[in-house]
Amino acid sequence: MNVPGTPISAVRGRGIVLRGNNIDTDQIIPARYLRMVTFDGLGQHVFEDERKAAGGNHPFDDQRFGGAKILFVNDNFGSGSSREHAPQALARWGIEAIVGESFAEIFFGNSTTLGLPLVTVPTAEAAELQKLAEDDPSLEFALDVNALRLAAGKREYSISLPAPTREALLSGRWDALGELRENMAAVKKVHDNLPYVSGFAG
Amino acid sequence: MPETLLDKVWENHEVAKLASGQSQLFIGLHLVHEVTSPQAFDMLSELGLEVAFRDRTFATVDHIIPTDGAARPYADAMAEEMFRAIERNVADTGITFFNEASGAQGIVHVIGPELGISQPGMTIACGDSHTSTHGALGAVAFGIGTSQVRDILATQTMAVSKPKLRRIEVSGSLGRGVYPKDVILNIIGRLGVQGGTGYAYEYGGPVFDAMSMEGRMTVCNMSIEGGARVGYVNPDRTTFEYMRGRRFAPSGSDFERATEWWAGQASDPGADYDDVVRFDGSAIEPMVTWGTNPGQVVGVDQAVPDPRSVHPAESTAVASALEFMGLEPNQPIAGFPIDVAFIGSCTNSRISDLREAAAVVKGNRVEGSVKAIVVPGSQQVRAQAESEGLHEVFLDAGFEWRDAGCSMCLGMNPDKLVGRQVSASSSNRNFIGRQGSPTGRTLLMSPAMVAAAALAGSVADVRGVAR
Repeated sequence: MNVPGTPISAVRGRGIVLRGNNIDTDQIIPARYLRMVTFDGLGQHVFEDERKAAGGNHPFDDQRFGGAKILFVNDNFGSGSSREHAPQALARWGIEAIVGESFAEIFFGNSTTLGLPLVTVPTAEAAELQKLAEDDPSLEFALDVNALRLAAGKREYSISLPAPTREALLSGRWDALGELRENMAAVKKVHDNLPYVSGFAG
Repeated sequence: MPETLLDKVWENHEVAKLASGQSQLFIGLHLVHEVTSPQAFDMLSELGLEVAFRDRTFATVDHIIPTDGAARPYADAMAEEMFRAIERNVADTGITFFNEASGAQGIVHVIGPELGISQPGMTIACGDSHTSTHGALGAVAFGIGTSQVRDILATQTMAVSKPKLRRIEVSGSLGRGVYPKDVILNIIGRLGVQGGTGYAYEYGGPVFDAMSMEGRMTVCNMSIEGGARVGYVNPDRTTFEYMRGRRFAPSGSDFERATEWWAGQASDPGADYDDVVRFDGSAIEPMVTWGTNPGQVVGVDQAVPDPRSVHPAESTAVASALEFMGLEPNQPIAGFPIDVAFIGSCTNSRISDLREAAAVVKGNRVEGSVKAIVVPGSQQVRAQAESEGLHEVFLDAGFEWRDAGCSMCLGMNPDKLVGRQVSASSSNRNFIGRQGSPTGRTLLMSPAMVAAAALAGSVADVRGVAR
């Protein structure tokens, strides 16, 4: 897991592929693993129901992809429940970045807060990258958050990341708490000015 | 210059622009439940921080709580541990807690509005994606993760980018047997499960003007199922009348001042939207999902799609969803047999939902082997329903009458599907495994349609049930 304050400018490692649109957070981590008061140990349960249903024939059980750091997905990955357990489980399994066509909004924010870059590429390139990672599990990818480039062996791809997210990752401010706490005087002022805070008392 | 509600609420609550360009947004109401909060409280104490504005935070228990009257300590040791954690955390921090003994416990998205805690013009956040529900009051309400729960406990603010705004205008009026659930399923069916990513949805037009607050909650609740994190309806007379007399709502002359301010938060005529989409409400039929996401939905008198005749990019997904559900291409959805009927969840467990379902059930019997349960959204809803005799209508028909909680919406408590059971459900997600069995199957529909399915033993058009 990333230590808050650490700038995240690059992720290097091998790839792992999970195909399909609309992979929801119930699939990423089934609800029964939310019955816990910590995030410890979630990594081993990532995609548990799918892995069981596949009888071990699942990318996350495939030895060739063990130790992979970059996950290649398709469209609307991470939809549904706001459970932070989903990116926590992926990160604790060892995923350090996700490349896909698009991501669900709450999942995107939850991942950023853990220092996990989620970058997008067009549909055709997502398919191409998935094929590269599957065909050669030893292929090294290098994701450059600053230059917004992804190197796959000798090939290079442009990647997209919203400007605020890129800035937060590069500056090490992806966990916003420290910065939020710097403005407590202004927070108090906004609080005091809101009429509902005093119950609209005259 | 005319502004939208989203603009006004944002201006009222923006504390600062962060270095990243995101807004630091003050959160007027933070709702907390047992599942997504323990790690946040732990992080807070590890950092040596306190809850900044404990009066702006309220807690309850809903996800894990058994609904069958089980007493503490719960048989499930993990559930018991989570209960002890939230009890300890609220005691340590002084946060108001609506527990099982309070008479006000319930699903967080039911009790917030019901108690008058959620109010127009507020920013609201909760570690739960269905927080969009509270937008029904004319609030801007966000589902958040646990790290943001921590951020709000520590600062009462969160880092967030202002979304784009899409106006969803529904004209006409709803036909008999057509409910707010059908409206939102219709919207998601057309705009897709990710059509709202990056947007807030403002729902308006004659259908919403005429809709009850509870109906608006059903629609706003499922905004996230269409990809929109935030959904709202502008506050109007219906909103103000709903607020009047609620426990935490202003009263007397304060209420008059509040109403004036609330009215001022509504979008101005002529305000700009990033997008406008129009629907004909009169054409909406009772809807049923046939697949494994809420966008895979048809009218009850329609057939499920054929993978060979959909867009090629959709073909594989449609085929695998049909296979999982045990449906043939082009099969009419009506008549598809069910094993379980579930009326409940933050989408449809309010008093109006129970009244609508009871009106269908009254004098009829649940079909043979169908397991049918009604789970009121809160202790107050349960008490209200009992005062109206609705529980007897359900019990006489063969339904179980349960205590308040999330129940079979999400497989986190003892109420779960078993094996490949098919559930007619008034909840919000038909994802694979959602109702607690990895092979269980979910058909989403309105509470009245669930009632009709329970009586028929299969998907049935509520408009055909004799009353």
